Amino acid sequence: MIENTINTTDAKKDRMLYIAFIAIFIVLLPVAYKAGITDISTITLWGRYFCFVIAAIGVDLIWGYTGIMTMCHAFFFCIGAYAMGMYMTIGNLPEGAAVPDFMKWNQIESLPFFWLPFKSMPGTIITGIIVTGIVSGTLGYLIFRRKIKGVFFAIITQALALAMYLLFSRNETMLGGSNGLTNFRYLFSFDLHSDNVKLGMYVVTVIVMAMVFYLAGNITKSKFGKILVGIRESESRLRFTGYKVVNYQTAVFIIGAIIAAIGGMLYLPQTGIITPGRMDVRASIEMLIWVALGGRGNLKGAVIGALLVNILYSVCTSLFPQAWPYILGFLYIAVVLYPRNGLIGLYSEISEKVKSFTYKKIQYADSKQS
Amino acid sequence: MLTVNNLNVSFGGVKALNIDSFSIKDKELRVVIGPNGAGKSTLMDILCGKTKPNGGEAFFKGENIIGMSEYDIAKRGIGRKFQKPSVFTGLSVFDNMLLGLKTDKGVFSSLFFKLSGEQSARIESVAKKVGLYEHLSKPAGALSHGQKQWLEIAIVLLQEPTLMLIDEPAAGMSDAETEKTGELLCELGKQNSVIVIEHDMHFVEQIARDKVTVLVRGQILTEGTFSEVKNNQDVIDCYLGTPGSAQTVSR
Repeated sequence: MIENTINTTDAKKDRMLYIAFIAIFIVLLPVAYKAGITDISTITLWGRYFCFVIAAIGVDLIWGYTGIMTMCHAFFFCIGAYAMGMYMTIGNLPEGAAVPDFMKWNQIESLPFFWLPFKSMPGTIITGIIVTGIVSGTLGYLIFRRKIKGVFFAIITQALALAMYLLFSRNETMLGGSNGLTNFRYLFSFDLHSDNVKLGMYVVTVIVMAMVFYLAGNITKSKFGKILVGIRESESRLRFTGYKVVNYQTAVFIIGAIIAAIGGMLYLPQTGIITPGRMDVRASIEMLIWVALGGRGNLKGAVIGALLVNILYSVCTSLFPQAWPYILGFLYIAVVLYPRNGLIGLYSEISEKVKSFTYKKIQYADSKQS
Repeated sequence: MLTVNNLNVSFGGVKALNIDSFSIKDKELRVVIGPNGAGKSTLMDILCGKTKPNGGEAFFKGENIIGMSEYDIAKRGIGRKFQKPSVFTGLSVFDNMLLGLKTDKGVFSSLFFKLSGEQSARIESVAKKVGLYEHLSKPAGALSHGQKQWLEIAIVLLQEPTLMLIDEPAAGMSDAETEKTGELLCELGKQNSVIVIEHDMHFVEQIARDKVTVLVRGQILTEGTFSEVKNNQDVIDCYLGTPGSAQTVSR
């Protein structure tokens, strides 16, 4: 096949890149910590970054590949985080208490029914994923069935994000109101304040991220992934070719949402708190910026973008906290203006230029000789 | 093969189409001509499910396809090529054709789809037919206008439709490309039923081996062979313009 021979060199380069990435973050960073070069807070910080990277991969599938601008992705991230939060709240109840404090203040004596599945870890993971799937699937199907897309889809999801933010902020929702869920000490019997547990959480996060990346990569390379790009470029052509586009849109929306929820589940034990503030509209827009900066329609771009913006956030908020919103806004404008495909696009543009430049040089040398 | 009865569509009070009866046989190549706004593309839009008519019926292989969704119609074997080339510019030419390929088009079968040798050979043979074999690994966005038109025809072809609706395939093509397209269409007409909309009379002459339908103001003016239609006084008046008008002078 013509196709395969061209792609093998790129694939080889990518494989080297992945191996290097895994080596740095699974081996080098923990070793550096053990050797005393970095401290545990740096490790946990990176662990949190990778949770965001997982969410960014989901955004990239929905927005980058399929072209559906989702503005409620942080909400799906929070469903995962809240699920884990409920499990850990139950697990960390003080001796003899049947309900957490915030319920007691509302005169609730026993756990509400929807807290019950979160008594066990498997129940938490399964319920978290199923709830995310049902919410995103219903929402997606209802919207996509009406062939609503583009800006209208963005507005509807934005409204949902706001509605959910308000709902979760209420004390009557029994999810801690605007204070969220916090005060966790133990996950199973591991002490979350211990450095080794923190390191373990970090390693688990990197491994899960690598798995999500691998799976998402396989999805984009499959025929399904090509259909997603087809939806982005010519939805009607696809429909007249015999594809039920609404099913594909709903499917990718569910997949992306569940990926985000997984990120949220890993996020909570490393942060120790989840509040409705995490799911507000701005958080979802920030996720779009990660992907836009890294490069839409390219999973590597999502990873790079999420890491870069979050590192920048950490650096900037400690150096000049007031300036962060301006920096973020500037970044977004810069990304929209140039280049269209983010940093990945910029990189490939530069390498193309270098290639054509050296090619011209060779040509020039050849013409001189003859 | 296809029978259309009493089909009518209006857009905001303007009657766009009003066809009493129109039918084509198996393996017939029908050319539809008519001035701008005659309803040619609207007819195709209805037959492929893009536009819903106000009334009427269209039987395809004995089944009324009016009211069916686009993909249901596509599944039953009607393929549509649009006037403006619509291909997936970000995908390679090969992948474009892969999406056209006739297989199960459900979500799960696409997720676990494996290309068989037979299918890949089929894509290659169609690529050769439309002259895109050397460009299979190129992104479709890098193709010339004419090549995009052919690629879209290839996508439709790979669906293995029994009726192909082709809207102005030669628009924007060079003379050489147009002639090649004509040959391609004639070949297609031997295996499938084809309806072609066209403006260019030289091109119509090249491909019109069966009947030509003339559509004017949403109604069928006449049907016949190319020479019959060409010499019909009504057609000359309506389509080519009355003697002395700008249209006839420029031709």
